Amino acid sequence: MIAQSFSTLIRRAMAPDARRLLNFELYKKLYLIRRTEETIIEHYPENEMKTPMHLYLGGEAIAAGVCHALGQKNQVLCTYRSHGVYLANTIETNRFFGELYGKATGMAKGRGGSMHLSSPETGFLGASAIVASVIPVATGVAFANQYQKDEKIVAVFFGDGAVEEGNFWEALNMACLLKLPVLFVCEDNGFAVHTPVSQRHGYNSISQIVKQFNCSVLDTETTDVEIIHDLAQRAISSIRKENRPVFLCAKYYRYRRHVGIEEDFESGYRTQDEFEKWLAADPVRLQRVKLLKSGISEAEIVSTEKKINIQVENDIKLAQEAPFPNREDLYERKERQNV
Amino acid sequence: MSNMISYRQAINEALIEEMERDPNVFIYGIDVGDHDCIFKTTVGLKEKFGPGRCFSTPLCEDTLVGFGLGAALNGLRPVNVHMRVDFLLLAMNQLMNMAANFRFGSGDKLKVPLVIRTIIGRGWGQSYQHSKSLQSFFAHVPGLKVVMPTTPSDAKGLLISAIRDDSPVIIMEHRWLYDAVGEVPTPQEPIPIGQSRILRGGADITVIGTSWMNVEALKAAEVLAKQRGVGVEVVDPRTISPLDDSLIVQSVKKTGHCIVADYDWINCGFSAEIAARIYEKCFNCLKSPIKRIGFAETHCPCSRPLENMFYPTAIDIIRAVEEKLGLPETNLSGENFYSYENKFRGPF
Repeated sequence: MIAQSFSTLIRRAMAPDARRLLNFELYKKLYLIRRTEETIIEHYPENEMKTPMHLYLGGEAIAAGVCHALGQKNQVLCTYRSHGVYLANTIETNRFFGELYGKATGMAKGRGGSMHLSSPETGFLGASAIVASVIPVATGVAFANQYQKDEKIVAVFFGDGAVEEGNFWEALNMACLLKLPVLFVCEDNGFAVHTPVSQRHGYNSISQIVKQFNCSVLDTETTDVEIIHDLAQRAISSIRKENRPVFLCAKYYRYRRHVGIEEDFESGYRTQDEFEKWLAADPVRLQRVKLLKSGISEAEIVSTEKKINIQVENDIKLAQEAPFPNREDLYERKERQNV
Repeated sequence: MSNMISYRQAINEALIEEMERDPNVFIYGIDVGDHDCIFKTTVGLKEKFGPGRCFSTPLCEDTLVGFGLGAALNGLRPVNVHMRVDFLLLAMNQLMNMAANFRFGSGDKLKVPLVIRTIIGRGWGQSYQHSKSLQSFFAHVPGLKVVMPTTPSDAKGLLISAIRDDSPVIIMEHRWLYDAVGEVPTPQEPIPIGQSRILRGGADITVIGTSWMNVEALKAAEVLAKQRGVGVEVVDPRTISPLDDSLIVQSVKKTGHCIVADYDWINCGFSAEIAARIYEKCFNCLKSPIKRIGFAETHCPCSRPLENMFYPTAIDIIRAVEEKLGLPETNLSGENFYSYENKFRGPF
């Protein structure tokens, strides 16, 4: 409720044209993520992308909303399910697909694959496949930002499973103690692989517990990217103004299985009905409807979508045709002797 | 120019000089900022550089290493101290899964100039959770450098290099060595990571020692030279990973006999790595099988007599040399071996 009214306030405060433009930009990010993930689904069975794929379908509004608010001057750290955040941060798919295909054109020269995307030049510092392990790293990144007085904020993304790990609590404590400029983003889909939160948490609400720490807490169940964007903006200004971290918990629904491209409703741990409920508020469709309502024409939207389709098609083709890395890429660059 | 200073003071000087030279260097960890100053190695840092560059932290070893990794990614040069290597076991995820891989995983775009200082060694009945070494654990993983300086000069020069290095470096300090006094040049130039050193020359047998075992090896060499006229060459790898085996190979080719005295357990330890390399590179020069000396193959006990049996000493090295060279047992009754009994009164 608070989130809704705050968003309404911002909406009123911004000129309608600027709002419309913002929503269009947010839609481009949502659509880029959606289209990219669908393209992966199309090509994954060819068995050429030999990397464990954790699709971001369903969470697009979180990545697009938060990353758009952050821009490329701030920094992010991610989990193995980070296609959405990477795409929202970089808007590029060439080095992205190169990495998924294990090619020399990959942003990490094929060393990391889907689970370890990296783009330090745009602030995407890295992604880890050990649950919660980037959260402590974010505290150090934030400490350096505070130390260098460069005004940067780091957002660290993690799932609801991560809050069971010691690293989460240790890092939250460090960040609150040292008043670090960290935005904790909990992407809460209610499942750790296949285990529901009811079988994992000895408490009812993570946010209620985090509220006891010296940080601000924001909660949302929306799939509206605009609301998430506005919340993230509010979080960023709160981190700067109040000089303490923010914990943002955003619920979403994971459309596909934990790892791999298929749906898995037949396996019994979750239901198709639940999925349909979330699908009715699908973030991409929701935002498209909003654009139309705001007066942007169908033709304009389609033309933008086409551009993105072409980008994705071209870049996956480039990746398919690109060479594999050489033997020297097996090794870390030989170090400059410092002494 | 040089000064006679302690190992403890050498570390303190390296920290002060590097923190003066580079404002990005800071030091942190559990108890780092308190009045004990990590066995007095961080004396004066907080006063000189302020609590923003020398501070105590919450008790969360794994997160502390991740914190250092993050700060390093953003251009700082953190030095994180762990008072016992046993505590560093809580940080294995951030060390081995994160810090060791981040540079590689970024396609070489990121650097990780992180130093982990960790303290090893025996003291006052430390028992089984305050006494490990574990250098082979850390050295096993690509992406982590591991150094174990023995002399004050090496401690200073290697710590300077570690701080200036763009990859994670673990520096392992034996607590008995803090009192060791030695000549340290002024200024102490950085000592390159990955270079061994001959601590004492000799033509008859090679002893490769790590950390405190070099003190024992030098004592053994002195006794054997005096009483038997045997020349023991003591080689200190100084860096466990990346290992420079050239001096080791050269020495064993010369002497044909080799003892590896590693300050750790033998099973799957660093001594096995050294032995394997010698077999690979100088098999034909060996006049006797390689002998390994290390901790007793059991848990570290508290009781002083048992503790004395657990740790190998110069006497074990002397007996091993005699066995190799076919010498009768040397009478050691007049020798004065290192003892901690009168130097240390606790509580830890």
